[in-house]
This record gives sequence, structure tokens and C-alpha cells, in this order.
Amino acid sequence: MGLWEILSARSKPKRNNLDALFLVPSAAITLQTAAGFVPTGSGSVCYRSASGAAFSQTQDEVVALIHDDCDAPEVSLTQDAFGFTWLVVSGDAADTSALCTDLHAVNTTLELQGFESGLLCSVVPFANAGGQRFGLVYLYKRGTFYAFAPTGDHQRDNLVELSMRDLLSPELPMEPDLQRWLALWDAPGL
Amino acid sequence: MARSRFIKDTGLTVRMTTVMFLLGGLFVGLVVSLMFWADSPGLSVLIGVAGIGMAFWQWWSSDKLAMKAMRAREVSPQEAPELHDMIDRLCALADMPKPRVGIADMATPNAFATGRSPDRSVVCVTTGILQMLTAEELEGVLAHELSHVAHRDVLVMTLAASAGIAAGLLMRAVQFGAMGRSRNNRTLPALLVALLVSAVVYAVSFLLLRLLSRYRELCADRSGAFLTMKPAALASALQKISGGAATIPQEDLRANPAASALCIVPAIRGMSMAGLFATHPPLEERLAQLARVQTELSRPAG
Repeated sequence: MGLWEILSARSKPKRNNLDALFLVPSAAITLQTAAGFVPTGSGSVCYRSASGAAFSQTQDEVVALIHDDCDAPEVSLTQDAFGFTWLVVSGDAADTSALCTDLHAVNTTLELQGFESGLLCSVVPFANAGGQRFGLVYLYKRGTFYAFAPTGDHQRDNLVELSMRDLLSPELPMEPDLQRWLALWDAPGL
Repeated sequence: MARSRFIKDTGLTVRMTTVMFLLGGLFVGLVVSLMFWADSPGLSVLIGVAGIGMAFWQWWSSDKLAMKAMRAREVSPQEAPELHDMIDRLCALADMPKPRVGIADMATPNAFATGRSPDRSVVCVTTGILQMLTAEELEGVLAHELSHVAHRDVLVMTLAASAGIAAGLLMRAVQFGAMGRSRNNRTLPALLVALLVSAVVYAVSFLLLRLLSRYRELCADRSGAFLTMKPAALASALQKISGGAATIPQEDLRANPAASALCIVPAIRGMSMAGLFATHPPLEERLAQLARVQTELSRPAG
């Protein structure tokens, strides 16, 4: 944070390079070949809805945009206990790149309307044959990824998370600061 | 072209930076004028350094001092999971390191944040505020406190206080000097001038510091509202905390003839002594700013 931001006590909202989301499809192939995890076909964007008409208008536009896609994936909106909105896109499990394009579109549309400060993260869940699940989380404000593997009520499998970091770090920008690995307990699809 | 929903508030920024420069100028002016009046320039430099040193120490140990003063204790994520989860998400949204979390066992609704840097800071709430506010309102208050942390308000306020601290030290030194050398008539006028100057500097810096504090509170309100995107939640929390739910009447005033008789003439506004000494801006001013944030957030896409 710069000196001027401290003196004037206001900081500019961050915008990040969302193109990192397009690296997820190739990372998905690595995950399948090296660790046996396959994408579940759904993906979600977590954001804070602003009060007022402008935000609901923007949100409606986003949902319409994804519906008009030629594959027409399903879109649903859920609220979590912390007042955040999850926009869940469920499509073809084999087509991760289409999913990532949709998630990218959601992020970009909110950004264009000036709601980038409300964007928290985007999540792509993966599962293996043993029923184990984890979410590949893209932190919007950091522009980095980490794995979140919940195993029941407020428990997470740190070994899976750390091994996913080591596996994916050549391909994706992984979050180096473990303190920032936010727990998303009630994330849809996990 | 991406648009921004930040409210432009150049006036507040200009007023606040002017006050900060005045406080800095006051400090320099005190030390320089001492150098000219006093016989020993070494002493005046010493007082200046001591003033900054004391401010620095206050800033350095601010987290421990404030926690002790409020009798607060640090809580772990196991002890207060909801509070920790809420702060986790706000910190991820604001892209800042997570502060430590404290709870003070106190019935008065209050919250504060201190610490020498965002990496070593504490956000503390009282049990009173936990009982009084809904989750949404509590989140608004926490976002306000996190903005104080992110913008290093503790550092800014303690540095701004160094002029007052130096003037206070000078007053003490002059009192001791006057007692020690009261028989020497030659130095007495010089001592009186020094006493007068330090008293004036102390008073002026006290008023400026309070003004700066009010501006920083407004800034934290604004950043907090943009962080949670819910200005209304912070507004209702502020109304609940200050007990000022009556500022904007919730019921029809015509129903109460006695009250309506009083309300023909609005309360006298403007500069009052209580307003000058307050560390926080009046509730109406804070609500008005939050309303402007709300308007900006809900302006339809163009």
C-alpha cells in the first residue's frame, strides 16, 4: 500500500489478471493423469451482492449471457450463511474449457459494471473414484489458486491440499501464503 | 470501458491532508521556535526527539496496551468460529493479512482495532456488541475496523500526536525549570514565554487531532461500506450502537403532540463545543455519507 493510500485512507479496488482461469483445463488433465481427480462438471463464482437495482440488473445479465451459450449449461444462484452469493454453472463434465469460459465471463461482467471489489473467488470442484473431493479455488484479489479439501464438519485434509499445490505449481500460480487459504465450508459442489 | 463505483470525495481528502500537514508544521514550528528562544538548542532537539520517541513507543506497543486497557483476551478459531470465519472472508475480500481477534467481556457495545502494522494488529469486539447486532451489522462494524487496520490509522494518529506530546513534555520541563531557578529574575520571562507557547501548541494540536480523528472515522466508514457492499447494515449498526435510533424518527411524530410542538424549530446546528472535542463525527454526517455510497452502488448500469 502506497504512502498516498495511507494518507488519504482510501485504497483503489484491485483488478486481477483473470486469464489465469484459462490455465485450469490443462491443469485438469494433469490432475487426471497424475492424481486421478476429474472435474465434476460444475463450477461457481462467489461474490458479494451489492444492495440496489444496479447489481440485480447486472446479475440478470450474467445469467442470461450463460443461458444463451450454445451448450446452455444450467445456472443457479444460492446464498450462503455469510451473505455471499454463489453463482453455480453446471455443464458437461468433459468440457472444462467451456466451464472456465463461463466463469471468466461472470467475473468480467461484474468487473465491467464496477463490482470488482465484491468478487471473492471462483471454485472448480474435482473428485476421484474414491469419492474424495476438493475445490480448486481462484482467489480474485490475489490472482492465485489453492486447493480446498473439506472432510466433514470444519475439518480439511491438509495433505491433499499441499500435494495439489506441489502438483500444480508448475502450471498454475499457486498461493504461497498458507494463511490466505480461505476455508469455504458450505461451497456448492464440495 | 470498466466503470468505477467509488464516490469522489475530494473535499474530505483535501481537508484531512491539510490537517495532517498543519499538525506536522506545528511540531516543526515548536522545535524551531524553541531553538531560537532557549539558550540551549540541544534541549529543544532533545524535547523534539523525546516527543517522537514517546509517540513511537505508543505505536509500537499499541496492540498490547489497548488489549490490556479494555481487559480483552485473544480468542482462537475454536472458541469463536463464526467471528473468525466472518473476519477470514472480509480479509480475503479486502486482500489483507488476517489480524488477531479479541473479545472483551463488557456490556457496552464497542469495537476497536489497533496494532503497529496490518501484520501485527488486533481487532477486538465487546460481548455487548455481539449480543446487540445482527450478523450483517456486525460484519459492517468489522469491515470499518479492518479499514482502520489497512490504512494504518494507529500509526497516522500517533505520529500526528507527537506535536502535542512534545508540547506536554516542554510544559513539564518549564515547570521544573521555574521551580529550580525562581530566584534568577533574568530567565523568568523566557520561561513564561516557553510556557505560553507550549500551552498554545498543546491546545491547538489537541483540537486538530480530534478533527483528524473524525475525518479518519469517516474514511473508515466509507471503505467499510465499499468492502461489504452493504452501507445500510453499517448505518443501522451505528444507529443501534450510538443509541441514536431516534435521530430519524421511526414513528409518525403527529401521533405525539408534545413532541411535535418541540419539533417546529429544528435543533440548533453548527459548531458547538461538544462537536469540536468529539473523536467521532456526528451520526447524521456518517449516515449521510453512507447514503451517498448506497446511491453510487445502486446507480443503474449505463
